Amino acid sequence: MRIPMFRFFFALLAAVLAVGAAAAPGAVVERKLANGLRVIVKEDHRAPTVVHMVWYRAGSMDEVSGTSGVAHVLEHMMFKGTKKVKGGEFSRRIAAAGGRENAFTNRDYTAYFQQVPKAALPLMLELEADRMSNLLVTADEFSREIKVVMEERRLRTEDQPRALVSEALNAEAYFAHPYRRPVIGWMNDLENMSYLDARDWYAHWYVPNNAIVVVVGDVKADEVFALAQKYYGGIKARALPVRKSQIEPEQRGVRRVVVKAPAELPYLLMGWKCPVLRDVDKDWQPYALEVLAGVLDGNESARLNQSLVRNSRIASEVGASYDATARGPGMCYLEGTPSQGKSAAELETGLRAELARLVQDGVTEDELARVKAQVVASQVFKRDSIFGQAMEIGQFETAGLSHKDIDRVLEHVKGVTAEQVRAAAKAFFVDDALTVVVLEPQPLDQKQPRPAASGARH
Amino acid sequence: MREETGVRSIGEHLAFLAAAALMGMAAAAQAALPIQHWTASSGARVYFVESRSIPMLDVNVDFDAGGRRVPADKAGLGGLTHALIKAGSAGRSEEEISRRIADVGAQLGGSVDRDRAGISLRTLSSERERTQALATLAEILQAPAFPEGAFAREKARLIDAVKEEETKPDSIASKAFYRLLYGEHPYALTPTPETVGRIQRADVEGYYRANYVAERAVVAIIGDADRALAERIAEQLTAGLPRAQGTAPPLPAVVQPRSETLRVSHPATQSHILLGLPAMTRSDPDYFPLLVGNYVLGGGGFVSRLYMEVREKRGYAYSVYSYLLPLAQPGPFQIGLQTKNEQAEEALARVRTVLDGFLAQGPSAAELKAAKQNLMGGFALRIDSNRKLLDYVAVIGYYQLPLTWLDDFTAKVEKVSVAEIRAAFARHLRPENLVTVVVGGGKK
Repeated sequence: MRIPMFRFFFALLAAVLAVGAAAAPGAVVERKLANGLRVIVKEDHRAPTVVHMVWYRAGSMDEVSGTSGVAHVLEHMMFKGTKKVKGGEFSRRIAAAGGRENAFTNRDYTAYFQQVPKAALPLMLELEADRMSNLLVTADEFSREIKVVMEERRLRTEDQPRALVSEALNAEAYFAHPYRRPVIGWMNDLENMSYLDARDWYAHWYVPNNAIVVVVGDVKADEVFALAQKYYGGIKARALPVRKSQIEPEQRGVRRVVVKAPAELPYLLMGWKCPVLRDVDKDWQPYALEVLAGVLDGNESARLNQSLVRNSRIASEVGASYDATARGPGMCYLEGTPSQGKSAAELETGLRAELARLVQDGVTEDELARVKAQVVASQVFKRDSIFGQAMEIGQFETAGLSHKDIDRVLEHVKGVTAEQVRAAAKAFFVDDALTVVVLEPQPLDQKQPRPAASGARH
Repeated sequence: MREETGVRSIGEHLAFLAAAALMGMAAAAQAALPIQHWTASSGARVYFVESRSIPMLDVNVDFDAGGRRVPADKAGLGGLTHALIKAGSAGRSEEEISRRIADVGAQLGGSVDRDRAGISLRTLSSERERTQALATLAEILQAPAFPEGAFAREKARLIDAVKEEETKPDSIASKAFYRLLYGEHPYALTPTPETVGRIQRADVEGYYRANYVAERAVVAIIGDADRALAERIAEQLTAGLPRAQGTAPPLPAVVQPRSETLRVSHPATQSHILLGLPAMTRSDPDYFPLLVGNYVLGGGGFVSRLYMEVREKRGYAYSVYSYLLPLAQPGPFQIGLQTKNEQAEEALARVRTVLDGFLAQGPSAAELKAAKQNLMGGFALRIDSNRKLLDYVAVIGYYQLPLTWLDDFTAKVEKVSVAEIRAAFARHLRPENLVTVVVGGGKK
C-alpha cells in the first residue's frame, strides 16, 4: 500500500517500450458517467482474473509548500475506513474475495487497485465507490498512520544514498515547479502535518470528475459500465480547485550539488530539462528522445554499457532514461557508478564523450533498427500482463493524453529517423539545462578514516 | 536510481514473492494448461506448457549451480559464473551476443539463489526471431568462452557491488542472518571482497563444467509452440552441455542454530530487524499447514497479525512481514521489519509477543477461514500470466514436485486445520533455535 511510485530511470523502458498495442486482443472502450467519472475497459479473456484501478488526477505536483507529502499520506488514510466500511474491513473483504490490493502515489496522480478473480469485481467497485465519497479521516487513525509514513520515508529515502541524490536533483533542477518537492514529502512537513490537511486534500480532489476507472481482464465492457453506473453513478460531481499553470523559469547555467552519505562508491546523476509529449501528432522531439535513450541504454550492447562498462571500464553501472509522458516538465537522465578507483568526474567526462559522439556522428541504422525491434516485441510481451496494460492506460490518461494515443505514439516512435535523434541530442543535452548531483561516499564509522570503512563491519 | 516502481511495501513484496515461490504453482487453468514432462536425450528434464494465445515463447534453464555448490573460500563463484555465461561464446563476442538478442527484440534474464542458477529467455515466437534468439541461448549455455577480459571486469564489478552492500543496513542484516542460521552449511555463504578476490578464471570454467551439466539441467518452456517444437528446443539447448562426472557431492545437513541475538551498529536512522531459523524444505509434509499458518502470522498482505500489531495499531514500521522460503534443504523462516532506532526494542518485543502467541495458540477459527478464503479464492491470480506460470513450472521441475501439485493445491489448503498448523509450527519453529539480528542504532 501506499508507496510513492516515483518514475525514474528505466522508466524509459517501462514507459516507452511498453507503449503501443497494434496486435492487442481487446479493443479499449470508454464511457463517461453524468458525474464526470470516466470508465475505461479493456477486455482480455486469457485468464479468469481482472484488475480494477481508480486513478485520481491529484499527485504531489498539486501540493503546496508546508504540506508536501499530503497526497501520499491521504493514500494511506484511504484504507482507514468509511461510514459504512470500518477501518481494516476494506482490506479484509478484498482478501476474503481472494484479491490482492495496493495503491501508489506519484507526482501526477494517486491510484488504487485490486487484482481479483472475476466474480469479485462488483465488490471492488462497491468498495472503491464507497471510499471515493465516504472516507473518514480521524485524528486517531492519522496519529498512527503518519508514523508509518515517516518510517517509509526513513526506509526509502533517509537511509538510501541514491534516493537522497535524486531528491537533491529535483530540488535543485526546479526552482519553482512543484516537481521540486519529493512525492513522499519532506520529513519536517510530515512531522507537522495534521489530519485536517489530509481531510482537506480528500475534500478537494477526490471527486468523480477528477477520477478515471480502468478495468482490464476477463469482463464484458457493457457489464462493467452497468456496474460503474450502479456504484459510482450516485456520487455527486464537485468543482475542482483551480489548477494554476506553474512554469519553471528558464535555467541559466549548469547546477551542481554534492550529497554526502554512507556508501562505498560515488554515484553520479545528471538531468537535462527535456520536453514531454503534448501533441501526439505534431511533437517529434519526445519520440526522438525515447529512441535516443534506447540507443544509449536500451539493451546490453547499447552505447553506454558497451563503451563505459565493457570497454573503458570507467563505470560499474550506467543508465539512461527519459519518460515522455507527464503532466509537468520532462527530464532526460544519465546516471552511473564509477568503478573502484575512478571518480565521478571521470565518469561524467566519459558520459559527455558519448553525448558528443552522438551529436557529432549521429546513430547508425543498425542501432535504430535494434531499438525499434524491441519496441515491436514489447508490444507483444505486454499482453502477458493485464496489470501492465491497465497501468499503461492510467498513465497515459493522467498525463493528459488518451488511451487512444497509445498505438499512435508507438507508430511515431517507429518512425523516428537517425537525424531526429542527433538533432534532439544536440538541442537538449546542453549545459544550461543540466543539473548534476554527485554522491560523495562517507565511511560508516564517522570517526574512522575512509579506507578503514571499506568492507569493515561495525 | 532504479527507483521502486512496485507498489507493495518492500516487505510485503518480499513476502509475496516468497509466498508465490513457496506455493509452487497453481492452476485455475490447470486443466486447460497441463504440464507436459519428458527427459531429453541429454538427460535434461523438460517441462512444457503449451499456451498459444500470445505469439511469444518463454524458456528457462535451471542448474544445480546456485550458492550451495560453491567452496566456502570462494563464495561468489556461483554468481560470477552465472554472470559470465553470456559474456562470449566459442563463436561470438559478448557484444555480438547481446546484439543478436536485442536485434530480434528478445530478453535474456536469469537468477541465482542458494539452490539454483538459471538462464531465461523471452522471445517472439515468429520464426526468424525465435530461431535467432534460441540459437544464441544455445551457444551461450553450451559453449561459453569466459574471456579473460570479461572475467576480470565482472570480478571487479562483483567486488564493487559486495563492498557497496557491506555499507547497507539491509544487506548487512541479511548476510549476518544467513551466517547465524546456517553456520558451516553452504547456505550461509555470502561473497566478501576476499572470497571473490581469490576466484581465478579457471575456477569459473571448472564450476561451469562440474555444475552446468545436462543430467542436472531442468528446462521449462511455456508459450506459442507445439510439443514437437518444444522437444527440438530442449535438444538444442542441452545436447551440447557438459556431462556429469558422477552424482553431485552430498551436502552437509542443516544444523539448527542456538538462539542468539546479534547487534551490529550502523549510522542509519532505522534499525533493520530480522528473526528466524532454518525451517522448511520444498517437499516438507508440513508445507501446507505452514503456508496457511504463515498467511495468518505475517504473509497475508494488509490483514496479518504482524501487520495489524506492528504497523496498523502502533505505527512502528512501514514494512513488516514473515515468510518461509522453501529450499532443497530447510530454507529460512524469516520475520523482518525496519523501525526508527529509538523504538527498536519496543518493536522487537512486540514482534516476539505476536510470534510467541501464535506459536502457543495457532490461528483462531476465523483467521483460518480468512486465510483459506484468500489462498483458495485467489488461486487464479497465481497463474494468470505466462511469466508467473514459467516460474512455477521451473520450481515444480527443479524440485521434482508432483505434476498434479497445482491441481491439488486448493484441496490441500482446504484440508488444513488449526491443530495441524499449531503442530507444524511447533515442529519447525522452536524458540530455542530462533536467531535475531538487529542492525542500526544511529550515528555514534
